[in-house]
Amino acid sequence: MQHTISVWVRNEFGVLSRVVGMFSGRGYNIDSLSVAPTLDEEVSHMTLVTHGDDDTIEQITKQLHKLIDVITVKDHRDGEFVGRELALLTVEPPPEARAEVFRIAEIFRGKIVDVGQKSLTIEVTGKQDKIDAMTRLLEPLGLQSRVRTGPLAVARGSAR
Amino acid sequence: MTSTGSDIFIRCLREEGVDLIFGHPGGAVLFLYDAIHRHGFRHVLARHEQGAVHMADGYARASGRPGVALVTSGPALTNAITGIATAYSDSIPMVVFSGQVPLPAIGSDAFQEADNVGLTRPITKHNYLVKDVADLAPIVKEAFYIATTGRPGPVLVDIPKDVSNMPCEFDYPREVHLDHYQPRYEGHWGQIKKALSMLLRAERPLLYFGGGAILSGASAELRALVETLRIPTTYTLMGIGGIPGDHELSLGMLGMHGSYRANLATDECDVLLAVGARFDDRVTGKLDEFSPHSKKIHIDIDPTSIRKTVHVDIPIVGDVRNCLQKFLKVLEEKDLSRFHERMGPWKQQLEEWNRQEPIAYQQHPDEPIKPQFVIDKLFQATHGDAVVTTDVGQHQMWAAQYYHCQSPNNWVSSGGLGTMGFGLPSAVGAQCARPGEPVICIAGDGSLMMTIQELTTAVEENLPIKVALINNQYLGMVRQWQEIIYDDRKSAVDLSVAPDFVKLAEAFGALGLQASRVDEVDSVIEKAFAHPGPVLMDFRVSKTENCYPMVPAGSPSRKMLLRDPD
Ligand SMILES: Cc1ncc(C[n+]2csc(CCOP(=O)(O)OP(=O)(O)O)c2C)c(N)n1
Ligand SMILES: [Mg+2]
Repeated sequence: MQHTISVWVRNEFGVLSRVVGMFSGRGYNIDSLSVAPTLDEEVSHMTLVTHGDDDTIEQITKQLHKLIDVITVKDHRDGEFVGRELALLTVEPPPEARAEVFRIAEIFRGKIVDVGQKSLTIEVTGKQDKIDAMTRLLEPLGLQSRVRTGPLAVARGSAR
Repeated sequence: MTSTGSDIFIRCLREEGVDLIFGHPGGAVLFLYDAIHRHGFRHVLARHEQGAVHMADGYARASGRPGVALVTSGPALTNAITGIATAYSDSIPMVVFSGQVPLPAIGSDAFQEADNVGLTRPITKHNYLVKDVADLAPIVKEAFYIATTGRPGPVLVDIPKDVSNMPCEFDYPREVHLDHYQPRYEGHWGQIKKALSMLLRAERPLLYFGGGAILSGASAELRALVETLRIPTTYTLMGIGGIPGDHELSLGMLGMHGSYRANLATDECDVLLAVGARFDDRVTGKLDEFSPHSKKIHIDIDPTSIRKTVHVDIPIVGDVRNCLQKFLKVLEEKDLSRFHERMGPWKQQLEEWNRQEPIAYQQHPDEPIKPQFVIDKLFQATHGDAVVTTDVGQHQMWAAQYYHCQSPNNWVSSGGLGTMGFGLPSAVGAQCARPGEPVICIAGDGSLMMTIQELTTAVEENLPIKVALINNQYLGMVRQWQEIIYDDRKSAVDLSVAPDFVKLAEAFGALGLQASRVDEVDSVIEKAFAHPGPVLMDFRVSKTENCYPMVPAGSPSRKMLLRDPD
């Protein structure tokens, strides 16, 4: 099962490689990862999506805790957190489908952030499945590329 | 004169109570070596960086204090890696200092540049690159703190050459500020009481302990617990010495080359109390058939060790010593007579298994010397009170089976990583830690050749270590697997082309002795111990002897091979 984990780390040199190295060294998968400083500049927050059975996730959480630069680890259970992702989708629709692309962007509350001769780039945020759904709709209309951040997560009703 | 990074380095070591480091110099650590000279700091020159780190490791295991090693950049650090990984696998407290190219050169593929922090990240508990001389003292303080607290382990501090020569005031921090690193020492009373009430209802209980009991200095408590409960007890390779190997409640070691009774006891017990042990695959054999009938209690200071591979019913996170003290406290108020009585049939069963298949060998006076016989003789000669270091292979397992270590910190052997070549350099370190006490290195002929150069260090330091070479002219353990599992196809294991070890010892300036007949063994041992300096005893033993019991990899531990097939 997929799990979203928040990890707060000391903003030290090499800390990302410690976290990533723990995963690769022990054969755990990282489905997505995003990192940036928090309000406290000495602390960074990582949102990490991984998958595995309960025992695996328990080990992952403990192993993360064990890293000296890790401050706290929170394994978000389903529903208890808000997860949002940003994606940029570039489409080259045939002329007759351009309007359809605009319409889809609107339905998904996307924003056209770049317009070229032939291509359009749409910015969209939301849950993972929203981005997946939008991707599916744009595919037959000339979707050229998609970059996404992977989710950011924050626990509901908590400061952290 | 203001101090520089290199002075700070020495003063930090003094603050930490370090009076001896093991190392090897080079370009990036010239300032540090200059400070060693200027401050008259005691340094033991290893002849290879792997040796230096194993020496620091042997020092740590034999003394219970952190070992310290110093190596230069690039190839020196890569040489040190085997030593660091060995210490990491066995949770040995150690601080390794490495040299690095000057800060401005980092990342430029400079001469002898290597990413020391990156290379050692997965084999250290933590590591540092010192980017500012003002950080040096706080980092060293943190390094020793992390290496020695919680589950111990090696920490690397990488010092760029220019940093070691930058001026800076020396101010050693009194405290470490690591709010998020808080190892838990205190075992939970509730869990401990629950564990004891489960244990005291058992009919076939078994205590199994490992290196955690040694590392936490818990052997007095362990012995008290074993004797109060009168509970049959087995131990891992890392636990040797936690209680005397020949204690009446000891079943000997368990696992791949554990005793018949210990492995069957593990298989049949109804409550298993695991103390500072981590259910390593060499202990469990086939995981899903490991100790199938038992409820399991697990004491460990590292939460990741708990339920990593084996399901545990009652986990207790905490320092072994602290937890065992609490166990003993709770037991003060308990009447154990029923518990003791109930174990009667279980103990008879254990006796019976021991009668069927004891750890034993037969030595005929006219046949080649058996390796077990040599180790037995060493045990008798020293009453089990020597510090014993080993290499890796058959001789190591025989040493575990026949040298009944009487006390903790007397068994120095690479368990987790199984590093050939560990024996001699770790003996150098152990002898430095315990001057005046007997130190024996039980070596393999394959292993010894990997670090033989450290005999020079032993000669230079005039360390009276006694190397007992179990010379079977084979990479014996590999040969054993090839005989049993690969239909006797011996591939690349023949060591019959080898140096004359007696002459080799002499060439190094040590005393070389040899025994090739049974009746020579005693006198060789006697001469070795009578000699005031380092000695290499070349025991020309049987080439064909195999080590049993043996649980083939992947088999359940009850399915032991007990002797060579006919
Ligand atoms: C550095 C290293 N290389 C290879 C091995 C694999 N290995 C394990 S035991 C062994 C044979 C050791 O031979 P020797 O030192 O002569 O000991 P014996 O088994 O003959 O007693 C080997 C090659 C190892 N453990 N360590
Ligand atoms: Mg051999």
